[in-house]
Amino acid sequence: MDWFTAHVDEVWKLFVEHLYLSAVPLVIGLAIALPLGWLAKRYRIIGPPLIMGTGLLYTLPSLAVFILLPGILHTQILDPVNVIVAMTIYTIALLVRTVADGLRAVPEDVLLSATAMGYRPFSRLVKVELPLAVPVISAGLRVAAVSNVSIVSVAAIIGVQQLGSLFTDGFNRAFFAPIITGIVACVVLSLVLDLLIMGVTHVLTPWSRTRRPG
Amino acid sequence: MIRFESVSKSYPDGTIAVGDLSLEVPDGQTTVFVGPSGCGKTTSLRMINRMIEPTGGRITVDDRDTASMDAATLRRSMGYVIQHAGLFPHRTIKANITTVPLLLGWDRRRAERRALELMEQVGLPEHLAGRYPAQLSGGQQQRVGVARALAADPPIMLMDEPFSAVDPIVREQLQDAFLMLQADLGKTIVFVTHDIDEAIKLGDQVAVLRVRGELAQLASPADLLAEPTDEFVADFVGKDRGYRTLGFRSASYPIATEPTVPVGATADLARVTAAGRWVLVIDDERRPLGWVDPDKVDQAVSIGSLHRGGTVASVTGTLREALDAALSSPTGRGVIVDESGALLGTVRAHEVVDAIAADAQRAP
Ligand SMILES: Nc1ncnc2c1ncn2[C@@H]1O[C@H](COP(=O)(O)OP(=O)(O)OP(=O)(O)O)[C@@H](O)[C@H]1O
Ligand SMILES: [Mg+2]
Repeated sequence: MDWFTAHVDEVWKLFVEHLYLSAVPLVIGLAIALPLGWLAKRYRIIGPPLIMGTGLLYTLPSLAVFILLPGILHTQILDPVNVIVAMTIYTIALLVRTVADGLRAVPEDVLLSATAMGYRPFSRLVKVELPLAVPVISAGLRVAAVSNVSIVSVAAIIGVQQLGSLFTDGFNRAFFAPIITGIVACVVLSLVLDLLIMGVTHVLTPWSRTRRPG
Repeated sequence: MIRFESVSKSYPDGTIAVGDLSLEVPDGQTTVFVGPSGCGKTTSLRMINRMIEPTGGRITVDDRDTASMDAATLRRSMGYVIQHAGLFPHRTIKANITTVPLLLGWDRRRAERRALELMEQVGLPEHLAGRYPAQLSGGQQQRVGVARALAADPPIMLMDEPFSAVDPIVREQLQDAFLMLQADLGKTIVFVTHDIDEAIKLGDQVAVLRVRGELAQLASPADLLAEPTDEFVADFVGKDRGYRTLGFRSASYPIATEPTVPVGATADLARVTAAGRWVLVIDDERRPLGWVDPDKVDQAVSIGSLHRGGTVASVTGTLREALDAALSSPTGRGVIVDESGALLGTVRAHEVVDAIAADAQRAP
C-alpha cells in the first residue's frame, strides 16, 4: 500500500496508457469487423473461410506479433502503433464471428417485412439489422475488451509502457507490490470497459428489456 | 388493376413453384388466393411486389410492367402483411406504423398523427403507442401489422395468411375488423389463405389454386360454392357447401306473428298469452330477449328465467341466418327482426326450406 501511495501518479499514467491501448483497437476492430461479419453472413461461399480465417488470427502468439510487426509496418519497436495494430487484429479475430452471428439472429420475418416495406439493402442493414444485432455484438465486444486488457500487458516485455510494465518491474526487482497493483489495476480497467459497453448497450436496446404484461 | 400474364417461377433446383398463371385482380376488391400447402400462393403474392422475381411472363399494375419499376418504390406503394406480423422488435408501435411514411419522406409530425389515427381505425387503444411489439398480444400485433401496411395509404394491399397464427376467436374478430375497414377503404387487396372458409368470408373473388400455381377456378364465393368446376375444387370447398351457399342467398319467407310478453309480466299473463306453448319475451323497444316456459314462471317473468339459446335472424339477412334461427330455437320458431333489431315475427325451418326450394326453381 505504501508503494502504491508513493507511485499513484505513475500508476495512473500507466492505467490511462493501458486503457488507450486496449480501447482504441476495440473501436477500430469493431469498425472493421462489421463489414467483414456482414460479408460472412451474406455470402455463403466466403462466409465460413472468412470466419475461420479471422478466428485463427487469435491463435497468433502475442509476443511474436509484437516483435514481428515493427518489421512489417516499418515502425520503431517501442511505437505504440504496433500494439494498436496487434490488438486490432485480436479484436477482429473475436468479432467477425460475433457480428455474423448477431446479424443471423435477426428473425427472418422481420427481414422480410423490412424489404416488403421498401427498405433498400443498405438502410435495412443500418436501420433494422444492426440495431437488432446489438445485444449479440455487445456480448462479443465485452469478451474482446477483457481479452485486450490482458494481452496488452504482454507488450511490457518489449518495453511498451502500460500496466504490464508493473509486472516486469516487480519481476526484475523481485518485489511484489507493483505486481499486485498491476493486477488490481487491470481488473479495474476491465470492469470499467465492461460497464461502459453495458451502459451503451442499455441505451441502445430499450426494447430488449420488455416483457409481456400479465 | 393487377394483371398476371402467363407468369411463372421456377427455381434452379428444378422446382416449379408457379407454372403459368394468368389472372386479373380488379381495383377496389378483395381477391383471395386459396389452395393447399405448397401450391404457390405465397410465391404468386410475392411476385407482385417483386420480393420474388418471376422467371417468365409479366405482372402489370395499372398497365405498367412491374419489372420496369424500381423495386423499393414499387414496394412502398403496396402494403404488405404477413403471418406473424413481422413487426420490428426494436421499435415502438407508433414507430413501426410510421415506417413507410418516413421512408417516403413525410414530415415526422404528420406521420405520427397518421399512426394514431390508424391505431384507432384498426381498434388499438392509444396507450399502446409507446409499447414495443413484445408487449402486445398476438391479435394486437396483427392489428399493428395491418395499420403499418395501411400507413401511407397505398392503393394495394398484399396479405399473406395475416390471421392464421391467432386463435379462432381472435381470428374472427380480426376478420370482422378487416371487412369493416375494407368497406370504408375499398383497397385493391390480394389475400392469401389456405382456409376456404376465410376465403369465402373475405373475398369478393376467390382464386382456387392447385399445385404449381395452376388456377383451378376464379369465381365469386357464391359461385364457387354453387358451381365448383371440378372434383378438386369441389373437394377443396368442402362437403357442406350446399348449406354454406345459403349464406349468400336471400329470399322471402312467411313471417308469422308471435305472441309476446314484456319482462316483468305476471305468470298469469304469460300463461294466457302462451296458450300452452313457450312465449317470447321482449324489451321496451320490442327487441327479443329470449323464450320462457310459462309453467316455470313463479310470479313474474324475470331475465334470469329466459332461455337464450336461439339465434336471431335479420329479415334483410341471408337464408342461412333464417334457417339457423329456426333450427337453433328451443321452440322450432326462428326469431326474425327488422333492421333496428325489433321483433317482426317467427318462421319455421320447413318454411325456410320451402322458400329455398321455390327460389332455386326460379333460378335457371
Ligand atoms: N427457394 C426455393 N427453392 C426451391 N423451391 C422453393 C423455394 N421457395 C419455394 N419453393 C417451392 O415452391 C412451391 C410453392 O411455395 P409457396 O411458398 O408459394 O407455397 P404456398 O402455397 O404459399 O404454401 P403454404 O400454404 O404452405 O404457405 C413449394 O413447393 C415450395 O417448396
Ligand atoms: Mg405460403
